[in-house]
Amino acid sequence: MTSRPRLDVDALLDDPQTKIVVCCGSGGVGKTTTAAALALRAAERGRRVVVLTIDPAKRLAQSLGIEALDNTPRTVRGLRQDPGRGSGSLAATMLDMKSTFDEVVVSQATPDKARQILGNPFYIALSTSFAGTQEYMAMEKLGQLHTQATAEGTYDLIVVDTPPSRSALDFLDAPERLSAFLDGRFIRLLMAPARGPARLLGSGISMVTHAMSTILGSHVLEDMQTFVAALDTVFGGFRQRAARTYSLLQAPGTAFVVVATPERDALDEASYFLNRLGEEQMPLAGVIVNRMTELEGGEVVTVEQALDAAAALGSAGSQADRSARVCAGLLKVYADRVATATTQLQYREDFRTAHDGVPMASVPALISDVHDLDGLRMVGELLAKGSPKSGRKTPAKDPTKPKR
Amino acid sequence: MPADQPSTRLHVVTGKGGAGKSTVAAALALALAGPGKRVLLCEVEGRQGISRLFAGAPLGVTEAALTHGLTPGPGAGLGQPGGEVFALHIDPEAALREYLATYLHVGPAVRALEAFGMVEFATSIAPGLRDVLLTGKVYEATKPTRRGKGALTYDAVVLDAPPTGRVTRFLTANAELAGLARMGPIKNQADSVMATLRGPQTAIHLVTLLEDMVVQETVDAVSELRSAELPVRSVVINRARPQLLEDELANSVAAGAVRPQDVATTLSRAFSISPGSRGSARPPDLGFVDTLLRWGTQHTERRRLENVERDRLYALGLDLTELPAHPGPVDPTTLRDFARDLSQSRIAR
Ligand SMILES: Nc1ncnc2c1ncn2[C@@H]1O[C@H](COP(=O)(O)OP(=O)(O)OP(=O)(O)O)[C@@H](O)[C@H]1O
Ligand SMILES: Nc1ncnc2c1ncn2[C@@H]1O[C@H](COP(=O)(O)OP(=O)(O)OP(=O)(O)O)[C@@H](O)[C@H]1O
Ligand SMILES: [Mg+2]
Ligand SMILES: [Mg+2]
Repeated sequence: MTSRPRLDVDALLDDPQTKIVVCCGSGGVGKTTTAAALALRAAERGRRVVVLTIDPAKRLAQSLGIEALDNTPRTVRGLRQDPGRGSGSLAATMLDMKSTFDEVVVSQATPDKARQILGNPFYIALSTSFAGTQEYMAMEKLGQLHTQATAEGTYDLIVVDTPPSRSALDFLDAPERLSAFLDGRFIRLLMAPARGPARLLGSGISMVTHAMSTILGSHVLEDMQTFVAALDTVFGGFRQRAARTYSLLQAPGTAFVVVATPERDALDEASYFLNRLGEEQMPLAGVIVNRMTELEGGEVVTVEQALDAAAALGSAGSQADRSARVCAGLLKVYADRVATATTQLQYREDFRTAHDGVPMASVPALISDVHDLDGLRMVGELLAKGSPKSGRKTPAKDPTKPKR
Repeated sequence: MPADQPSTRLHVVTGKGGAGKSTVAAALALALAGPGKRVLLCEVEGRQGISRLFAGAPLGVTEAALTHGLTPGPGAGLGQPGGEVFALHIDPEAALREYLATYLHVGPAVRALEAFGMVEFATSIAPGLRDVLLTGKVYEATKPTRRGKGALTYDAVVLDAPPTGRVTRFLTANAELAGLARMGPIKNQADSVMATLRGPQTAIHLVTLLEDMVVQETVDAVSELRSAELPVRSVVINRARPQLLEDELANSVAAGAVRPQDVATTLSRAFSISPGSRGSARPPDLGFVDTLLRWGTQHTERRRLENVERDRLYALGLDLTELPAHPGPVDPTTLRDFARDLSQSRIAR
């Protein structure tokens, strides 16, 4: 027997013990939308929330008032407070990877050293154009927000979006990878001149430095050495902070929400996340299946019956009247929707069976994209009542209808 | 290059994550592998999206035969067998060893670098260097004459590239390296790679969906690629919603100009013509008519929004190709249908 726990979003958001919510999932499934919708809902239910978004859609950023990349949370206006729940607030920010990186350098190094690092070609390449930096910086920013929230009491809930990385838990691995980098033998090799007699590293050293100078030219080696030496002093601190953020993610106040669309690949990816989160002992709140095709209880005839009837109308020949053509088209639309929804339900059931006991919620596919507070609020509402059992009666008002 | 020696075409397929890059890259490789042609399909992300598509074993780190290309349909060449599609998972560590062996010509130095964790450093810690290696390998595969005994040459190379957010950086990693290295063999190699990627034999295709955010990312990527002087060729619209209701009829449904009573009458006619073996569960009632009209209206609204996105893509002035949404995951048969669609479009030329 499988248990079918429902992800109770309101209970999660209302619980004052919930301090951090992390939305993860594969590319394009709705992580940013979900993060913003959860943040808005929590704020309107009385919490003081900050949401860290990563590359939000332009129009969404505009309606949150964060289209300028300035790395500081902006107060979001236009909240509709739930009366009787105190006054919540919402601030939003968008990750600016380069300035987050620069800030770390400036805060950790002496002004002289900072200037040296910020101008180094390897630093510039690393902080602006190398993939993976975004993951490091998302975690850094989360740590900063958390410190600020704790020290100043500005926020009591942080909602975090994650980058659409190759395997979307790269942000978990980022601190580890950075530590491995700083502790690696290759780095010690590069720092050898700065750290004493090269022969301590063994006999390979001269061959290696010679080889590298041949390949790269000696000035490159120098730039690299300066860079690595400078970073080492700065990033001792960074490494500690990354480790702290990592344990913050494991803390009981953190809740991971895995977002997926009802498709095979996205759910496979979600399975992978669930396993990883388990391995890393990160607390899972549940899975959100976003963009479900809804049948609204409207399924009356089967796909085959609808298509047969459409064919029968079509075969009336070229003299088929207008009403016949309308009906045939409507039946095809119907069949397409029922077929899609059936496949999606099947995928969701398979997933649930594979992850017995994991709380789930679903959000229907809206007709247009979600780009303003009204849209986010609607997603939040749908999430809160989105029991995956979906035997729901047709709502009085159709939630999937676009606003005009 | 002499005129009679056709250049290897390099097709770079990018797009927003999940838009269908691997699907389109694979279908394009099949489409290009007509009779007598040999095509290489490369993957660089280590995700094995391609082997999943072909329901086969994971791609190896050496070039291996994957499948045969498209057999020609009615018309020219009917009955001829399709060409060959080879596949390669470009592994950064293997590429680095090859690279070092080429530039150092000596085993011991390479081994020393390996012992110091250089391979690990280069491939996992410094993604920029990884991109240099990966694009370097792609470049090498497009050469009309290649190093190594028994190395094959290809009529076309199709690259399942990183997503739009990273593709410009990926493709220009060698330009950045050339800037850092300033001179020497590394710089020369980096310059040659860039000359190929920016040259007339390369064509970049962007896969998109008809959704606001994906289209926006596509439009942004086009201008980013163009300002990096990279040759953007076409846009592939993936998962286009089929037109199930003619526009004019759809509009009257959406405008509420279709009378439910008329629909009910016509429906009962339809269900009585085709009670068939499968029979009608129950006679269509007005509730059913209501559902049909509501879903028809929603379908029309979605199509209208898709057309807004189509117009934005048309404005880019690139070749546009569409692949339909297929219900359920894409299997090898569907992939060949997609290949046929692509072979009839300009992107396969
Ligand atoms: N339930 C929904 N119905 C309709 N559209 C939706 C829904 N959820 C999200 N969208 C739309 O889908 C698009 C992608 O959503 P979003 O940006 O939240 O995804 P993401 O996972 O953050 O993507 P990325 O991996 O690129 O960061 C957006 O245009 C959003 O408005
Ligand atoms: N035309 C289509 N109709 C239906 N499903 C499709 C279509 N094209 C792609 N898909 C499905 O969409 C999913 C993503 O496709 P694919 O793996 O090709 O995308 P991708 O851009 O390579 O993704 P990633 O960024 O993860 O590498 C797959 O499950 C694939 O089967
Ligand atoms: Mg996002
Ligand atoms: Mg792919």
